[in-house]
Amino acid sequence: MTKQIIVPFGPQHPVLPEPIHLDLVLEDERVVDVIPSIGYIHRGFEKLVEKREYTEYVYIAERTCGICSFIHGATYCQGIEQIMNIDVPERAQYLRVIWSEYSRLHSHLLWLGLFADSFGFENLFMNAWRIRERILDVMEQTTGGRVIQGSCKIGGVRRDISNEKLDEMRRDLDGIEREIRDLTTVFLQDDSIKHRLRNVGRLSKEDAYHLGAVGPTARGSGVAIDLRKTGYGAYGKLNFQLVTDNCGDCYGRCAVRAQELFTSIDLIRQAVRKIPDGPIDVRVTGAPNGEFFTRAEQPRGELVHYLKGNGTKFLVRSRIRTPTLTNIPPLVRMLQGCELADVPVIVLSIDPCISCTER
Amino acid sequence: MAFFEMTKTAIKTLLSTPATILYPAQPAKKTPLSRGHVTIDESRCISCGTCQRKCPSQAIIISKEAKTWQIDRLRCVVCNSCVDTCPVKCLFMDTQYSSPVIARSVELIAITYVKPVKPEKKDEASA
Repeated sequence: MTKQIIVPFGPQHPVLPEPIHLDLVLEDERVVDVIPSIGYIHRGFEKLVEKREYTEYVYIAERTCGICSFIHGATYCQGIEQIMNIDVPERAQYLRVIWSEYSRLHSHLLWLGLFADSFGFENLFMNAWRIRERILDVMEQTTGGRVIQGSCKIGGVRRDISNEKLDEMRRDLDGIEREIRDLTTVFLQDDSIKHRLRNVGRLSKEDAYHLGAVGPTARGSGVAIDLRKTGYGAYGKLNFQLVTDNCGDCYGRCAVRAQELFTSIDLIRQAVRKIPDGPIDVRVTGAPNGEFFTRAEQPRGELVHYLKGNGTKFLVRSRIRTPTLTNIPPLVRMLQGCELADVPVIVLSIDPCISCTER
Repeated sequence: MAFFEMTKTAIKTLLSTPATILYPAQPAKKTPLSRGHVTIDESRCISCGTCQRKCPSQAIIISKEAKTWQIDRLRCVVCNSCVDTCPVKCLFMDTQYSSPVIARSVELIAITYVKPVKPEKKDEASA
């Protein structure tokens, strides 16, 4: 029997944007088992809910993650609105969809860049982030923040986008789409990238389903789940095709995210076309009394916020289940049997967001 | 032919202007909505304390007795909550980020607002 050795991977590692620790059990160069451990950046957000008024907690909920921040805020608001039976104006719902999809664009472009960096394609990394900057500019012009938008509030949104600006955004998207098409062609067609990603970190459809994979990690293995299809917010009024891939390897997950960029662009176009005029918020009085599980689709997968109020201004419980947390068991399965040199690529392929995971 | 796809992007970026700004030489990108830092018009603040209550990061401390408005710039998360809720609209969001510091300190601003005595003010204005 070959001697087993343990190689620590992380929490500081050049490829990791955030700290996660993996103990890799190796037999020669082959990974036979992985022991993940998290807990390096726990900030106690769920406890903080008891100390802040439910209207102010939106800002904190939004800061759970630095990338999908808007969707965290929107999901929290959605939960409170359900507890308090607030009807959000239609324009606000459309605006939330627009900002959510812009978040998805910027998150996926960020990930494509980091992923390119993980397999050593620096030029592609720079190009992905160059396009992402254009998305962030739109975010800043419409909300005032590049990554922390802060434009969501209970009962609607805090800022409106004028119809002229919406038209301008739609025209801008044509240019962005052309650039993204050039970028994704490289990701999906380039021989060296294909060679690096094909058959690396395989996850079968059954494993993805049983281990609870969500988002592009599940869709890259052929499991067709996307919370947007449940039609929350204004998603029910928009048409889009679910992107799935049957490869189940790193290439499959990369292909899903690359294709989803176009889905997001299409959704923004549809939303801009269909957005009705009207108010953007409703007056909220009282305090939430009750509990609710609310779900939304983040760039990384399904996000669950559990909220419980007792009729006072302070919630008694908030539980956030983020997609990366559920994607860690599938990650462990993917890593079992891989080569040590493939570990960085596989870890990045689930789009880990550790700040999210630890809250 | 993937090789030529990347070449197309490379030639395009080679012929276009740089995507980045030469930051200290050129000013950073700003928009009218950009959230930089909070400023106060101390002559209009009525010391009601709404900004302090609505601040999610407890960066603002207001003292009615001492008539001061105090902000810890490192605690402030620039969420715009105080600006939105101020009843007399004496708080503003500046688009410029607050300047870097080397030590933690609070910014103390004396409130110069004096509650007007209405009839007298009117007399003065008419005279």
